[in-house]
Amino acid sequence: MKNILYIALCLVSYPLFSQETMHPSPAQSKKIVITGGTLHIGNGQVISGNIIIEKGKLKIDMNAPALTGDIEHIDATGKHIYPGIIAPNTNLGLVEVSSTKSTLDNVELGDIHPNIRSIVAYNTDSKIINTLRTNGVLFAQIVPSGGLIPGTSTVVQLDAWNWEDAAYALDNGVHLTMPALINRPSFMSSRRRDADVDQVKLGLERIDLARSFFKEAQAYLNEKTHAATNLKYEACKGLFDRSKSLYVNCDLVKEMLAAIHLAAEFDFKLVIVGGTDSWMIGDILKEKKVAVILAEPHSLPATDDDAVDQPYKTGAMLQKAGVLFTICQDGSDGYTQQRNLAFQAGTMAAYGLTKEEALQAITLNAAKILGIDSRTGSLENGKNANLVICHGDLLDMKSSVLTHAFIQGRAINLDNKHSQLFERYKYKYSIK
Amino acid sequence: MKLNLLYGLTLTFLVCFSASFAQTTYPANDVATPRSGYYAFINAKIYKDAKIIINSATLIIKQGKIESVGINLPLPKDAIIIDCKGKSIYPSFIDIYSDYGMNQVQPSMTTYRSPSQMLSNTKGPYAWNQALKTEVLHVKNFNVNDARAKEYRKLGFGSVLTHQLDGISRGVGLLTTLAKEKENMVILKEKASAHFSFDKGSSTQDYPNSLMGSIALLRQHFLDANWYKTKPSQEGLNLTLQSFNDNAGLPQIFEVSDKWSVFRANKIANEFGVQYIFKAGGNEYQRIDEVKAIKASFILPVNFPQAMEVEDPNDARFVNVSDLKHWELAPTNPAAFEKAGISFALTANGLKDISQFMPNLKKAIQNGLSEEKALEALTTIPASLLGVSNSVGSLEAGKWANFLITNGPIFADKTVLIENWIQGSAYGISTDAKMELAGKYKFTLGNQSAQLSVTGETGIYKAQLFGKDTLTVEFNQKDQLINLIYTSKADQGKKTRLSGDFLGNSMLGTGTLGNGEWVSWQANLEANADTVSNKKRPTKSEELGSVVFPFNGYGQKTIPKSETILIKNTTVWTNEKSGVLKDSDVLIKNGKIAAIGKGLKDPTARVVNGVGKHVTAGIIDEHSHVAATGGINECSQSVTAEVRITDVIDPEDMDMYRQLSGGVTSSHILHGSCNTVGGQTQLLKFRWGQTAEGLKFANWDPFIKFALGENVKRSYNPSNPRFPDTRMGVEQVLTDAFTRARDYEKEGPGKRIDLELEALVEILNHKRFITCHSYVQSEINAMMKVADKFGFTVNTFTHILEGYKVADKMKAHGASASTFSDWWNYKMEVVDAIPQNAFLMQKNGVNVAINSDDAEMARHLNHEAAKSIKYAGMSEEDALKMVTLNPAKMLHVADRVGSIKEGKDADLVIWSDHPLSIYAKSEKTIVDGAVVFDREVDAKLQVDLKKEKQRLIQKMIGAKKGGASTRPMTPSFREENMCEDDHGHGKSLWDRISQRMILTEN
Repeated sequence: MKNILYIALCLVSYPLFSQETMHPSPAQSKKIVITGGTLHIGNGQVISGNIIIEKGKLKIDMNAPALTGDIEHIDATGKHIYPGIIAPNTNLGLVEVSSTKSTLDNVELGDIHPNIRSIVAYNTDSKIINTLRTNGVLFAQIVPSGGLIPGTSTVVQLDAWNWEDAAYALDNGVHLTMPALINRPSFMSSRRRDADVDQVKLGLERIDLARSFFKEAQAYLNEKTHAATNLKYEACKGLFDRSKSLYVNCDLVKEMLAAIHLAAEFDFKLVIVGGTDSWMIGDILKEKKVAVILAEPHSLPATDDDAVDQPYKTGAMLQKAGVLFTICQDGSDGYTQQRNLAFQAGTMAAYGLTKEEALQAITLNAAKILGIDSRTGSLENGKNANLVICHGDLLDMKSSVLTHAFIQGRAINLDNKHSQLFERYKYKYSIK
Repeated sequence: MKLNLLYGLTLTFLVCFSASFAQTTYPANDVATPRSGYYAFINAKIYKDAKIIINSATLIIKQGKIESVGINLPLPKDAIIIDCKGKSIYPSFIDIYSDYGMNQVQPSMTTYRSPSQMLSNTKGPYAWNQALKTEVLHVKNFNVNDARAKEYRKLGFGSVLTHQLDGISRGVGLLTTLAKEKENMVILKEKASAHFSFDKGSSTQDYPNSLMGSIALLRQHFLDANWYKTKPSQEGLNLTLQSFNDNAGLPQIFEVSDKWSVFRANKIANEFGVQYIFKAGGNEYQRIDEVKAIKASFILPVNFPQAMEVEDPNDARFVNVSDLKHWELAPTNPAAFEKAGISFALTANGLKDISQFMPNLKKAIQNGLSEEKALEALTTIPASLLGVSNSVGSLEAGKWANFLITNGPIFADKTVLIENWIQGSAYGISTDAKMELAGKYKFTLGNQSAQLSVTGETGIYKAQLFGKDTLTVEFNQKDQLINLIYTSKADQGKKTRLSGDFLGNSMLGTGTLGNGEWVSWQANLEANADTVSNKKRPTKSEELGSVVFPFNGYGQKTIPKSETILIKNTTVWTNEKSGVLKDSDVLIKNGKIAAIGKGLKDPTARVVNGVGKHVTAGIIDEHSHVAATGGINECSQSVTAEVRITDVIDPEDMDMYRQLSGGVTSSHILHGSCNTVGGQTQLLKFRWGQTAEGLKFANWDPFIKFALGENVKRSYNPSNPRFPDTRMGVEQVLTDAFTRARDYEKEGPGKRIDLELEALVEILNHKRFITCHSYVQSEINAMMKVADKFGFTVNTFTHILEGYKVADKMKAHGASASTFSDWWNYKMEVVDAIPQNAFLMQKNGVNVAINSDDAEMARHLNHEAAKSIKYAGMSEEDALKMVTLNPAKMLHVADRVGSIKEGKDADLVIWSDHPLSIYAKSEKTIVDGAVVFDREVDAKLQVDLKKEKQRLIQKMIGAKKGGASTRPMTPSFREENMCEDDHGHGKSLWDRISQRMILTEN
């Protein structure tokens, strides 16, 4: 049985291409009809139906569609169809080999620079991107990460020739790294080794710095013309008109409360990133309508006293509290591990979420949080045809094998460097 | 009667700095003033020692020593008589752990990024290692420091054992009194003790940079010293080794900071046939049975943790319940030793503020330490531990006249230490308390008289005048000078202020009346005050938490025991020929798998319904760094085969429990990968709650960690000059190590036993096996060629992310592979890592395991294994074997674990679902038939933990309100070990916070 699945994977790999010759797919020309699959809509619903893709948009047809004319028919009988997974808060395309400095483009010098834009450094030819697509990740939010205000992020689709092609929601997030509001063992302080320093007070001073910056920007933006242009203030415009969200990287309750108050002061749209202890303030997050991009569920509990499975069940606790949330993998090597997002969601399903809720977390919820849900995130009529076809359960590595994936209706190549090296050595060892 | 005491004491103050003992080599800048220092203390309650107490007794001292002690002794005519009625005399205390009179030590501030220092900076014919200061005779650097002596004397100490607290082998301590005299006169024993620790202190040398390195260095020191007895010409003169042998007859004192290090040091003691006296860490009560079993003596600190500021719940959340519990229970440590019958002395060492000694000791007494034992632990026991009972520690003829005069039982709250006599000279401690003022006096002021009643005791005297009216008098005392203030009606509310001197039973003075007129006054004692009753302090009956095993939030009062368990009607993944059995039973008995089949019965068994569940063998992690402490890398040299993970197991690491919740039952704990030949490894079974010895997998073939590639050539630290710097050099390090080992083996009898080479010889002789961190195909190939050349097989390549490129060669060599499922691209040597690696190696006939090297990932190794199904189409049974049977084979323990077979160890997991499914959770994890993780029990433990934490936080806040000193909240912190430091997972909260701090520079 497993071998059959495995052969299915081989059929969709394209031995003609190497990593260097694999190319993005051209715009959809033919109408695509997918029949017989189980549709996991991404909003909690599961239905049996057919999908018709035209001009990059999808439509669900509950009746048997005509399979005549110049169409491409995919029989998905026995397979499962899901919205493409969205990977928020990643340095994909900015970091290639994390230990090797010349391959790093994610941390800029300086402290406050919202004007820094990730998209211009996004490398569409990163070897990592294709390994994510193979596991169903079709979108990513590319986030810079240096300083108090590291810069502005863009959501990209993962099948592009260059960053302009890739941009799906351009420059729609500004990021803030919350200073830690906890006293730490002195050896953990990077600069101030003096044990007497009140680290929390230092952190609060840093928050004040951000607050002053936003106040100045606000005042500056109240006036339309300026003798001297300030690029940093200009970059905040979207925060004040709410066309951009403020993403605040923080974990502890006090840090999240500070973020909520900071955002409220300027009426910013707030998203908490990290949110290790968000399970402790689900009611507040819900009431303040704050969304959370949760750090990877496959984490150790924050303290020795926490339940051993706390990070696994945090998602379920947020769901129960009515908080809009998704997950990310934002360790310094997060970009390679994004391919496990579906399995991280699977773990949340083992610890309290339903499978469909877990799926929604990494698809529709992520789209809502990133402001792209009108175009993608679920298999709903009129949305971009961003979807994957899978043997078995997308969230369970035991059976998850993708046979097809579409971005904006384009069937994308599911090959990658790894399957190519695999082929190379199967050849060496005469393995069929 | 009071007069005598006061008079006598005052006299001794005058002369105490000029005690003279016949002739000296020092010329006097005066006329000769010989004196005998002859005193008789009469009417005292004398504690000859903690057990022998004589009332109305006499102590006679002469020339600094005790002449006699007893009742009705004839009083020498030329002795000064001091009446001690109402006073008690105790032997002065002895602190046998101090650095009194020593220079301060600057701890080394080096880090792994500091410039390298391969050899010792100490010049001279000494050891190669700067942390070995065996030859130092601290008496040579000793200076009387009266400021510090005074602090000790205030506490009642008369003598201390002192040495500079620095280094691993610290040299020879001296016993000195705390008298303010020339060094010549105060030193009682110039070579009194030899000192050791695991802390390299001020040494700036690279080696050792880990606890296991310290242990190896000390073991090698023993061996080298023994070898040096043969006067080997190739060593020349080595005063460090010579001193080690010279010091062998001294009491050997070993300082540790934690209960587990007691056992670590004791293992060395057993290996080399010595007996250590342990300067303890203070948390030994948590393992008192095991501590008792080693039959050693201890020196206990009373530096109990301060309460923390835990009012803010969001802060308090980060203080682990184990730290809160320790705060509560630390003061029970001495009592636990007493109850267990373990011999111990007490020390003021470790207190930031030494004046806290007595308050903390009293806390220990409130927590069950008997006063008698406390006194012994400060007098006779330390004296006997040092073998100086014939000169100090008790009040007997011929011993030094080191004693204390108090006004009551020494540990009673209100008792005041009046004088501390050392070598026959008095040091006044509480001069106010020299005299007792309480009593009824006839008071005369001008021509008026009244009765003056003074009550209370030193510091809190109260007085009243009974005349026409009863007046309350404000009573101030400084030594013998007194000051009385009162307001009388006659003076229309104006104050009468009197000043005077007190002597014996009379007050005499002048003062001013309310109208400003001067007047003389006096008061003469008519009746003594009633004797102050020294009531027994009520022992607190407050609630104390329990000691749990292990001592953290998920420990229990009793360690789970092996049970007879029958798992019914379940799916059994046997990993044997029988494959996956549906609807079958498994019977566990006496820690073993007793039977597998259908319809099994055992009336004594606890029956577990297995319907819908799956049972597999416990997961075995071939590559882990949990449960080890003090550093998992000894980085200082390219070859450190002598260091051993087995020496540094941390049996309380929460990661073990967390991993049990993911089905891990055995784990191979490795040295890190920062050098080519790392250290010896240790296979554990996660018997949660046991000691380090209890966790070890019995009778396994020993292994050692090797490493190749970027980490060992230090690609990330270009400033470090350690050889090698390339993979070419790594191959030569290996070749050189084995060449030296082969030559060493051939050396004849009498050779220097070298722990590093011994381990390498074991490899050559197929008695020790290698697990080798490796990535790229060139280095894998080179390692195998070296092994071939020296005639052994590389047992396991671990990580081995390019193993798929040379799988055929690995098969031919006979190596196993232990790899990650899907990590890649985090450094240059893993850019070609692929998730089909395990499958390709397996297809070539290599025995393949999936490992974690990560405390988090180890919690779902079954899922990591399942990725080979996804990426390469591996069969489910083969995938499961990669985390059970295959690592068991790799570690040579497949005869006992790794599959479900009758007679094998009952190390099993009951899963809620298909074991390779992401939805599978361990419901019960069983080791040797004991259920060490149970999801239902875990839920209960969480409830208990919450309650206990709440209780302790309330108590801590209460203690602060009650006046206890506090410190700011410090989060409980424990580092997660990983050999791939540069992997940067961000998998714990502190990793995330560190990351943010680096990014925001705060």
